[in-house]
Amino acid sequence: MSMKISTDQFKERVDKGIHDDFMRGAVAGAQDGMGVKRRVATEELGNWEEWRSHGEEIRQHVLENLDYYLEQLSENVAKRGGNVFFAQTKEEANEYIRGVVKKKEAKKIVKSKSMVTEEISLNAMLEQEGCEVIETDLGEYILQIDDNDPPSHIVVPALHKNKEQIREVFTEKLGYTKTSKPEELAWHARQMLRKEYLSADIGITGCNFAVAETGSFSLVTNEGNADLVTALPKTQITVMGMERLVPTFEEMEVLVSLLTRSAVGQKLTSYITVLTGPKEALDVDGPEEFHLVIVDNGRSKILGGEFQSVLQCIRCAACINVCPVYRHVGGHSYGSIYSGPIGAVLSPLLGGYDEFKELPYASTLCGACTEVCPVKIPLHNLLHKHREVIVEKEGKAPISEKLLMKAFGLGAASPLMYKLGSKMAPAAMNPFTVGEKITKGPGPLKAWTDIRDFPAPNKERFRDWFKNREKGGK
Amino acid sequence: MAGMIQNRDKFLNQIASRLERPRISSSVERPTWKFQPQYEVLKDATQDELLEVLMEQCKKIHTNIYVTDKKDLATTLNKVVSGYGGGPIVTWKDERFSQWGLDPLLNKEWLAQKIEVYEWDHLKGKENIAKAEKANIGITISEVTLAESGTVVLYSDENKGRTVSFLPATYIALIPKSTLVPRITQAAQKMREIHKKTGHVASCINFITGPSNSADIELNLVVGVHGPVKASYIVINDL
Repeated sequence: MSMKISTDQFKERVDKGIHDDFMRGAVAGAQDGMGVKRRVATEELGNWEEWRSHGEEIRQHVLENLDYYLEQLSENVAKRGGNVFFAQTKEEANEYIRGVVKKKEAKKIVKSKSMVTEEISLNAMLEQEGCEVIETDLGEYILQIDDNDPPSHIVVPALHKNKEQIREVFTEKLGYTKTSKPEELAWHARQMLRKEYLSADIGITGCNFAVAETGSFSLVTNEGNADLVTALPKTQITVMGMERLVPTFEEMEVLVSLLTRSAVGQKLTSYITVLTGPKEALDVDGPEEFHLVIVDNGRSKILGGEFQSVLQCIRCAACINVCPVYRHVGGHSYGSIYSGPIGAVLSPLLGGYDEFKELPYASTLCGACTEVCPVKIPLHNLLHKHREVIVEKEGKAPISEKLLMKAFGLGAASPLMYKLGSKMAPAAMNPFTVGEKITKGPGPLKAWTDIRDFPAPNKERFRDWFKNREKGGK
Repeated sequence: MAGMIQNRDKFLNQIASRLERPRISSSVERPTWKFQPQYEVLKDATQDELLEVLMEQCKKIHTNIYVTDKKDLATTLNKVVSGYGGGPIVTWKDERFSQWGLDPLLNKEWLAQKIEVYEWDHLKGKENIAKAEKANIGITISEVTLAESGTVVLYSDENKGRTVSFLPATYIALIPKSTLVPRITQAAQKMREIHKKTGHVASCINFITGPSNSADIELNLVVGVHGPVKASYIVINDL
């Protein structure tokens, strides 16, 4: 899978989303449930704002000194016998990993959940090389066996699927014979995956936070899959986005705490694993060989610019869980593996405006995302900035907005035109007006009136009403 | 043997150039952070108060917790093991089991009850993993215990296999009461101190909070996915 997950146009994707009743119900339920959990987990601390400010200052310090900390990290990984490869592009990252796979003559690869490996289309490359690639996170496993259905949420990837659909996929693809009870489905997946961990040649993971001072990195899960992925295969490859690191264990714990509370409302998840290098000489479990691949893939272009703060992100999805637009259109509508407000900011930066120019408009700018972000990324301001860039520099505003602005520009250009325009409005809209409402609007109004009514223009203009009032009338 | 580092300079130069400054060549000091809320949590709590917090938290993480004196430890452990249906059992190789008077239980009583006990032995290589995979119960010892989250912290080494806590169907953690700290903050400080003092970090440090679980199917919580299905903590009063 690459970052782009659909060839449909934005409007078609949204259309599919808003007509998928199960998905919309699931998303609403998830937002409500996870939202409450997050609120409880953050409020019980009593000083959440200080936690957020601390998270922000840590992330900002790291970004400002990123070259230093990455150098320190790589030195310390190498000291412990790990290999480090710096990949500026996804092609470089894939090429390096291909080399490791070939050298190891690997046939089977187990993976724990990683967004950055999705971003660089790692699985496709591995499959081209003839490897069997198995995702071990339960949600990702479900999507993978369902012919690589894309994820719709960065923490709960299979959120859009119901248990009946999952049972059908299991029955068809895995010879499953039991019911759609989540316990039974999960148990079946456990049994299937146990065999895979034990027979895989390579384990591949993402990275929640690397620790520069010790050359360590941490993995955060509830299932324990990352632990088996890193304990059993002989070779381990960890792929990290270049910004995902901290100076020491002390900052790591703060960010882990912010992540688990914001993502799932847990004080800590069931498993947080801190790994340093390959296994030691006498250890039995753990990899004999360790490779860390540090990926830029467009991130450095964000540094030093007006969008730098988006690199503070710790991938908790709190912004997704409060977004009213995500609630209605669902994750697939964004057309990117990164959905919701963070996806709408990040996808155009990493994947370009050509592919993702609509996403900054998939927002009401209500600011709920900014309010919950545990590292204080001003998400809605960044969305607004994107719109400025799209209109001013890229000249890529959506056509309806262009027309509207043109019409407004024309109409507002002189007092006479404005007067004329506002006077004509009630008459112009008359054919579309039923009572006080417009139910089937033309042009740009259509998108609005498809969902709800629009109030008809008032027969009396504000200007006339005001003039009249000045004269003492009502 | 040190590992290889490839492609670094070009990559880091690009970062420095984007930040509109030369590469940083001297060492960067961490700033004095303006905010430090993590030290406020359970700040002045006593060991007894921390134990209460831990017990309360265990209710939320699907974990049974037992508190016992050293002299009753064997009885308590035996009870928890029978509750989980007996063996096979796999444990770390750790002299603390013996110091806590568990030798008779591990070496005789369970044998008599036909409960198989396997002690991790790095000389036997992969056989350890086969044993752990077949085991019903894995038993390990917490080095640091986090009251706030209900978490045990384990450091791996050749006698302390990582998979003892992951492959068996159920999991028991022995927790010396003296290892209780308020939260992960203190564990991180300790990890850093050890690294500073010895120049070394365990290749795997596990923070384990109850049994394995997932909410990936319709957000229904399923307890027991890839790792243990059930977990119990036994706190030993060693103070």
